[in-house]
Formats: sequence, structure tokens, C-alpha cells
Amino acid sequence: MGMTIAEKILATKSGATRVSPGEIVDAYPDIVMSHTATWRSVSVMRRIGATKLYDPERLAIVLDHVSPAKTEKYAQDQQTSRNFAREYGIRKFYDVDAGIAHLVLMEHGHIKPGDLVVGTDSHCTIYGALGSLGTGIGYTEVTSVWLTGKLWMKVPTTVRFELSGEFTAGVSAKDLMLYLIGQLGADGCGYKSAEFYGEATARMSISERMTMANLAMEMGAKCVFVPPDERTMEYLQRRLRGPVSEYRPVYADVDAAYEQQIAVDLSKLEPMVACPHQVENTKCIGEVAGTHIDQAFLGSCANGKYEDLEVAATILRGRRVDPRVRLIVTPGSRQILLEAMRSGVLQTLIESGALVTNPGCGACAGDGGTLADGEVSLSTANRNFIGRMGSRQSSIYLSSPATLAASAIKGAIADPREFL
Amino acid sequence: MSATPPLIEGPLIEGRVFKFGDNVNSDIIIAGRYLIYIEPQELAEHAFEMLGEGFPAKLREYDILVAGRNFGCGSAREQASTAIKGLGIKAVVAASFARTFYRNAINDGLTIVECPEIHAAVEEGDRIAIALSSGRITHRGREYAFPQMPDSVRRILELGGLANYLKATLSPEG
Repeated sequence: MGMTIAEKILATKSGATRVSPGEIVDAYPDIVMSHTATWRSVSVMRRIGATKLYDPERLAIVLDHVSPAKTEKYAQDQQTSRNFAREYGIRKFYDVDAGIAHLVLMEHGHIKPGDLVVGTDSHCTIYGALGSLGTGIGYTEVTSVWLTGKLWMKVPTTVRFELSGEFTAGVSAKDLMLYLIGQLGADGCGYKSAEFYGEATARMSISERMTMANLAMEMGAKCVFVPPDERTMEYLQRRLRGPVSEYRPVYADVDAAYEQQIAVDLSKLEPMVACPHQVENTKCIGEVAGTHIDQAFLGSCANGKYEDLEVAATILRGRRVDPRVRLIVTPGSRQILLEAMRSGVLQTLIESGALVTNPGCGACAGDGGTLADGEVSLSTANRNFIGRMGSRQSSIYLSSPATLAASAIKGAIADPREFL
Repeated sequence: MSATPPLIEGPLIEGRVFKFGDNVNSDIIIAGRYLIYIEPQELAEHAFEMLGEGFPAKLREYDILVAGRNFGCGSAREQASTAIKGLGIKAVVAASFARTFYRNAINDGLTIVECPEIHAAVEEGDRIAIALSSGRITHRGREYAFPQMPDSVRRILELGGLANYLKATLSPEG
């Protein structure tokens, strides 16, 4: 019996020739990412009196969740993280100007196919867009990996997704994922690895693959894989760190064992919206169109990428955001902001009435864009949990960037296909 | 094999149950704005406050949380398990846990038990007893079995969490 991608990577990183689902291994990650939580890991390190890192080159630190600091407490915590990075000579350190950790690390070529990446963020699954096994852990465990270089991991079973057909206009990877989460539930892939295949997967841009790998976390996936192909290599070439030979893409064996196989024809999908207060609470656009919104947030590691901003700008060009709606645009990273500036996307967004903020997690992590009692926000982020963006009496709906742009114009949840 | 095995053996975790449904996410357990804290007592003051009036005070009257599927889903925030500990909760029994919560609880020294059968049977305020060593929960005279954690993982929990475990294993004295 062959192995799946997760099985192969966990075997390699634990020094085994083969592993099977259910087995517990001690795995050595290539990258251990910590974001705003870094100071907490530093505090654990101090508390236990440890001073020596296993390998400083494996640490990556990005200050993204509340950037720049909004209170003295945040400022002090960021200072702790910054000082730690300096003291230990952490070269993969990115300060408050860089953007969302996941996007920053991929943009800078720190994530390679076949890598094992752990980090203080559940959406580490996004690294699977480049064929890397990414998964979230807590801050104490990050300290443990800093010190020992390893962590215990249970080898997951794997679900195989086969994507065929083409998205119709106005439908994208976000809609696919909201559809899947709605169908499979918040734990539909709980403890499992998800591998995506099919001609439709191959056609997807790296940006769409990131959205897909990111959102799969919301159906509980432990890790996600889009097997690396020419598009992946082209993306990596432009961000190369070290020789190409260092990239060792990992592919599943033809006789790998899958727990479940799920086929989706993308041409059958419609724009989808996740309704309050659970991501699995999804509806087709027709069922929620007309729902009044006060705010529209375009950003996050799910949909704050350049392509996402561009899609929204295409719809907003020459149109105005409804004056009752606050459209907040938070580019995912400094590079995305620069690209949007150079291409004119930024100008289009601002001219349409958008408020553009500095790069980072922004409103998704409660940094700005806080909602008052009774307010409703549409968001391109990945979570709509109660109170996540402010008052527990506010509501969050999730959608694609296209649906968000259309809704910002209408002042209510709207079908993007009306504007194409 | 004895015909009448002892009902309970080994150290017990016993107490009154508060009951939750499925998919209790970590944003509900502790909102993002409180992640500036890491101490159990500070976090506990704001635990579950998204549930409205009476929370978290009400939960301090209970000892054990019993939940449905996917408890602790969403964010990987470790403070979710720390906050529950801070409330004085001794254990969480769920039909299933989200993997990040499961790991964080172990690393925090919060006892967690995966036992799908008991959720339907238990009512708020009921008393249950968890015998970790034998992998059994007793409720209204009935026993429910649950699978043991692997020894290596259980050792982290037994030492009170990962920080203690690291301290014990990294120091030359062991």
C-alpha cells in the first residue's frame, strides 16, 4: 500500500521509512511560525528558564494581528517579540509593516513543497497551496518546538477531492469552499488531511489555491495539499531562496489509501454566503440577497491577496459604494499593497469609496472595523463566529471578494453576477 | 476476569456537569480581544462571555463541561483551554475535539476525555465521575468507556502541561 502526501511528509520528518494513519510520530518541522503570539512563547521560555534554541533558522516571526500597536500592552508585547528576534538573530523576522504571516512567508519564499510547517495560527493549512504540510499549534507548543526542534503528531487519514468543470463567471474558490464546508460541516475533515486533484485544481491560480487551503481549516482539516505543479514552481521561482534542487515536492503514491473521495463539478456552483454565526451555515446567494449590511471587509489570509483586491476593483470600477456601507480594504501584505498601488487597483478601490488600511490581519482579528450592537458586516475572511468583529449582538456574513464588492455597491448582500 | 469489577478505580475527577452542544468555537470560549492575557484567572473573567448574561459566573458553579462534537473548533488560541482551567473546570468531556484545542488542553494540563456516548445521556447539573486510569465515566449508575491517550501524550498531561514537561525533560536533573 502506498502513502498519501501527509503520510510521506510525516515519515520523512520523523525519520521513518513509512507511517500509517493513527500512528504517533515525533516530527521535526522545517519552519515554526509565530505571529502576534510570539511574546507568549517567549514568556513560556523564560518561565521554564530555557535559553538555547534548537535551530534559529527554523523560526519565522511575523507581527501581524494588531499592527501597528494600538495600546501600550500591545506595544510592550511587540517589543518583547522584536527583542527576542534580535537577541537570537532570527533572520525570518518581519515587523508590523509586513502583513499577514502566512502570506508574508509564502511571498518571501520561506515555504517550500514537502516542508512541515507548524505555527500559532489555525490557518497554517494555507501552506498546502504550495504542497507543504502546514498545521496550527498553541504558543506553549511553539516554545517546545523552538527548544526541542520537534513535536508529536498523529498521522491523519486523508480525504481526496476531485475537482472538475470550470467556475462560471462570478464564482470562485471561496464559493467552492463555503459550499464544501456547508455540505461536510465544521468537522467534516476533522483530524484529516485533504488532497485536491483534478483538471479544475490544476487550472486554479496559486491565489485561489491559497483560499482553498485556508478555508479547508473551517471543515476541520489538519492539513491540506494541492500537489505542486508548473504553476507552483513558477510561483516559487520568483521567490527563490537557494537552489531549485532544494525543493522536493511530495506526491501521493498511486495506490495511497484514502478514507473518502469527494468529487465536485465547479460549473454547478453558485456564489455562496456563510450566515451567522457558523461557517457551516452556508446558503446560496439567492437565499440571502437583500440582507442589509453596514460594513464590508475585504481582507484576511483567506481573501486579502492581490487577485482578491483586483476582482473587487473590477466590479467597483466606475461605481460607488453605497453611502450607508463602510467598505474596509486591508491588503494582506506590503507586497500586495505595492502591487495594488502600481496597477491602479488601489486607486479604483479608493475612488469607489473604500477605506484602505495598512496591511495585516485587520478587522478579521478585531483590529479596527469593530461592529456595534445590531450591526452587520459582510466579510471575505474565514470566520463569522459570534462577536468576532465586535459586539455579540452584531452579525458577520462571509463571501467571496466578488460578492463583497457587489454587496458594497448595493448596500445589501448582492449577487456579483449582476455586475459582470 | 472478575465477574463484578469495581465500579471505579484510581484517582477520580468528580463533579457537576454543564452541558454544551456541538461546534463550541474558541472565539466563544475566549474572544480575541482578551488574548492579551495568558494567566488563567485573567482569562477566566471573560471566558464564554459571548454567551451573554450570567456568563462566565454561572460556569464557576460547575466542575465538568460535557460537549458534543468538535469542541474548541476555530482559532488555535491556547487561551481557550487556559480560560476553562481558570474557571475551575476540572475536565472537558466531548464527543470530539478540534485538534488544536485537544493539543492545547493537554499542553495546558486540562483533562480532556473523548466520549461520544455520554453527551445524550447527561443533563445540566448531573454528577459524573471520570476514572482516567481505567478509562471509564460513571453517570447515574451507568458506565461509559473512553479510549486512553497514548502514554507519551498522557505524561504531558500528568505533569500538569507542556511547560512543566519541558522543565522536567530539559533540565539535566530530569
